[in-house]
This record gives sequence, structure tokens and C-alpha cells, in this order.
Amino acid sequence: MRGVGSASGGGPAVEIRGLVKRYGRATAVDGLTLTCARGEVTAILGPNGAGKTTTVEICEGFRRPDGGTVRVLGLDPADRALRPRLGVMLQAGGVPPAVRAGEWLRVVARFHADPLDPAALLDLLGLTGHARTPYRRLSGGQQQRLSLAAAVIGRPELVFLDEPTAGLDPQARHACWDVVTALRDAGVSVVLTTHQMDEAEKLSDQVVVIDHGRVVAEGTPEALTGAERQLRFRARPGLNLDELLCALPPGSAAKESPSGHYIIEGQVGPQLLATVTAWCATEGVTTEDLRIERRTLEDVFLELTGRELR
Amino acid sequence: MTTLDFTPRPGAAPLPRMVLAQAGAEARATLRNGEQLLLTMIIPILLLVGFSVAPLVDVGGGPRVDFVTPGILALAVMSTAFTGQAIATGFERRYGVLKRLGATPLSRAGLLLAKTVAVVGVEVLQVVVIAVVALALSWSPHGNPLWVAALILLGTAAFSGLALLMAGTLRAEATLAAANLVYLVLLGLGGVLFPLDRFPAGVRPVLDALPITALTDGMRSVLAGGGGFPGGPLLVLACWAAVTLALAARTFRWE
Repeated sequence: MRGVGSASGGGPAVEIRGLVKRYGRATAVDGLTLTCARGEVTAILGPNGAGKTTTVEICEGFRRPDGGTVRVLGLDPADRALRPRLGVMLQAGGVPPAVRAGEWLRVVARFHADPLDPAALLDLLGLTGHARTPYRRLSGGQQQRLSLAAAVIGRPELVFLDEPTAGLDPQARHACWDVVTALRDAGVSVVLTTHQMDEAEKLSDQVVVIDHGRVVAEGTPEALTGAERQLRFRARPGLNLDELLCALPPGSAAKESPSGHYIIEGQVGPQLLATVTAWCATEGVTTEDLRIERRTLEDVFLELTGRELR
Repeated sequence: MTTLDFTPRPGAAPLPRMVLAQAGAEARATLRNGEQLLLTMIIPILLLVGFSVAPLVDVGGGPRVDFVTPGILALAVMSTAFTGQAIATGFERRYGVLKRLGATPLSRAGLLLAKTVAVVGVEVLQVVVIAVVALALSWSPHGNPLWVAALILLGTAAFSGLALLMAGTLRAEATLAAANLVYLVLLGLGGVLFPLDRFPAGVRPVLDALPITALTDGMRSVLAGGGGFPGGPLLVLACWAAVTLALAARTFRWE
């Protein structure tokens, strides 16, 4: 049913301009502007309280904005015509505790004109053995997977996943990633929020970092992490880096962060490597885990949003 | 890993299919829940048998079962439409189920319709079970079944309004406590088991205005007395339904 998508134009999946949302005196979203392209996976990253869930729930039609405009598949999020076209996975809950896993999925399937087969979806997510288990007796990871299944069973065009892998074990996390990848391959647009950098890096075409209700960075994972390389190693804590800095080419930087972990930035090449190892030899330092790599999304994230706990 | 074709093919199911799916889920949830079953089936049956067999209250002339059964039918309607529905809906709100359902093609009107279908379905079961037990106790019902159906439907509307008013505004725990308390108070004061002429004349107008009193009175006048169109009770129930449903529609919070 591609016609449904093209009827409202081939515009973006989600378009948010100057979104504002306040709860009492607190401003949860403060002039946020972002665009999620059709057929792509967009990851919204941000610390707790950055406004991720509020933004997503406004797109899902659960909350009304106090300012700005939001268009989802070209429509106002409150438009009932959107409901069959959207798949929604809440951050938690949303399922009656006593309902059996298979039963819940069958009921949600009956709301849709052309749903996926509930049994096949249970199988895909490794829940077949729990089809008759009440929701409250499922483990946290199984509950998450059931919610994911319910979000996609109606063959939506656009899926919102609010922290889909929070609390999942590695197997379940990979199963969830496989579903997201399969959705994207089938032309479904996906918007997900996450705390997990590897998840955003692996899955998404576009990463949006938000903090204090605003976008602080956006781009592909590659663009965000940049081409710049770093030399990293571990050694005993508290080395005096001043002498090393003198020996390095101008424009280089060296820091210890966290304790015992050293990062050298600058023109990372054979010369720099030789200088560092020579310095280590002089200082009698045995390094561990010496490697040259690109900055990770986590580095970028911490730079943008700070290291303090919230 | 199995592969599934996730190619978008969105579309809402026809409304009747959605409503029946949700109503079926709600009715199954009620019948599977021990506390709900106690409230909707076991207590009414125990009261029916106890008060029909033992001379616990003076019911005036006639067989006790003929006096007790209409009251128990009214109690059954109240237990499902009011107490059970209030508690279930309160917890659905708390667990985010109402919110989650709001993101499906099932509209809020469709959800309310589904709840009504589920309540009426459970009531039909209750009426059948109660009638079978009462007949076994030599119950001899009179009157027009149409009036009984009209009373049950308007009673359901009135009690559903009260239930949704409570579930949509109070915390789930408060709804649980209040719904049980109201159930007990109305059971005692509404003429379900204790004839109203035992109460002081001064409080009678208040008691007569209660929805449970109207439902019990109406059922008893039709089923025990073979009375005609129960206009007074139906009017009282219609007023309760109109006021509570309008208030619930204005105040209901889905989250």
C-alpha cells in the first residue's frame, strides 16, 4: 500500500519545527527542530530528562505541544487517520498484567486490516514458548519484545520505539536490532530513542543528539564521530604528560580520562606513535591496550552533554 | 532467524471487528480474574441461596426467593457495570493500557463500546446462572422480560457512568477502595436484600433516588409483582446515566 504514503507526498516521516513543551514551570522541550527522513532509521540520543520521550510522545499524539509545529507523515499527530500507519512502543507498560502474550498480540492484530501473523512474530522474537504466559510473569526483556511485536504487527509505515533495548540481555538486544534492520530494509521509517551509543552507531542512518530540550548535534554516525583519529592506551594512573606534550608535534593534545586511560589527539600517524612509545620507554611505562581509533559516538556524546550525572 | 515481510500495508480493521476483539479480551479478563469472579458470580449466588433458604429478613408475604432474586439480579448488574468496570478501568489507566490502546486504530468511542459489550456479555452470563439457581429454589418470575431488559440496560448505563467517572479521575488504589465501599453501601441501602420500609421515613427519598434502589424496585415490581412498565425506576436510571456519563466524558483522564 505504497499509495497511502505517496498520497501525503514523499515528504519526511517526521518534521518538527520549534517544538516547545512545558510541564508546569519546567520546559521539557525548548524550541526543538528536527527532521526524520522516510525509510531511514533515526536515533534520538540524549541524557535522562533531555526531552526525548516528550518529543516522541508528541509525535505519537499522546501530548499536545505548547508551541511549534509537528508533522508526522505530513499530518497533525492528533489526526486519527495516522493511527493505523504508526507503530508505537512505549518506554514501559501499556499491556494488561494478566493478559497472555499471544492473546495480546492477537487482539492488537485484530485492530488492523492486514496484520502480520501473530504466531510468526512471536517466533521471530523468541516468545513462542511464552505465548500462554501472562504479561506480568514475563521477564523484563520478554515484556519489551512483546511490546516491540505489538508495535510492528499492523505493518505500519513509521515506527516509534522509545528505548526499545533498555534492560535487554545481549541476545534480546540483537533480536531487536534485527527487527529494526528488517523494518528499514522493508521501507519502514523508524524513530528510536536510546542511551546506547553502540545501538545508535550500528542501527541508525541519522543520529540526533538532544539535551535540555534542544538539538545539540545531528548527522550520520560517521559525520558525528568525524575522521579524526586518537591514540589510546592504558597505563598506571597519574603519569606526567607535560614532557610528552613537548615532544609531540604542535597542535597535539594529551589527557588522562578516566584515571589510567590516556588519550592522545592530533596528527595521529607513525611519527606520533613513535614519539609516544619512545616516551613510554624513557618513563619505564608498560602500556596496555595501545590502539589507534576513531572517536566513538560516546566520546562525542559526552563532549556535547557533559560528564556530570543528572 | 525467521524472516517476515514488514513491507508497510497499514489500515484499520472494520470497527465491529476491533470492538469485538477488545470486548472479548475484556470479558475474558473479567472471567479469569479471581476477585472479579468473587464479586460478579460467587457473592450474588451465595446471597441468593442464603437469603432464599434462611429466614434472615422478613420479606412480607410470598416465597422468599421471589423477593430476593430480583434484588440479586440488580446486585449482579451493579457488581459488573460499576464495581468490576471501575476497578478494571482504573488499573488499565494506571498500567498505561488506555494510553497504549489510544495509539491503535481503535478509537476511544470504540473502546467504550467494547467495554459496554463486554459488560453486557458478562451480565448475560450472570443472569443465566442466577436464574438457573433461583429456579432450582422454586423461583416463579412474572412480568414482561422486555421491561427487565430495559431496566438492566439503563442500569448498566448508569453504573458504567459512575464507574468511568471514578476510574477516570481517581488513582487506581483509590478507585479499588471506593468502588468496593460504594458496592457495600449500596448493597445495604438499596433494597437489594433488606426491604426499604425498615428504614426511617426521613431517609426514604434519598434511598429512592439511588440507582441501585431504582434498579431493585423496578426489577421487583416487574418480576415479583408482575407490574407493568416501570416508568419511575427507568426515569431515575436514565437521569443517573445522563449525568454520570456526561461528567465522565468531561473529566476522564486517559493517562
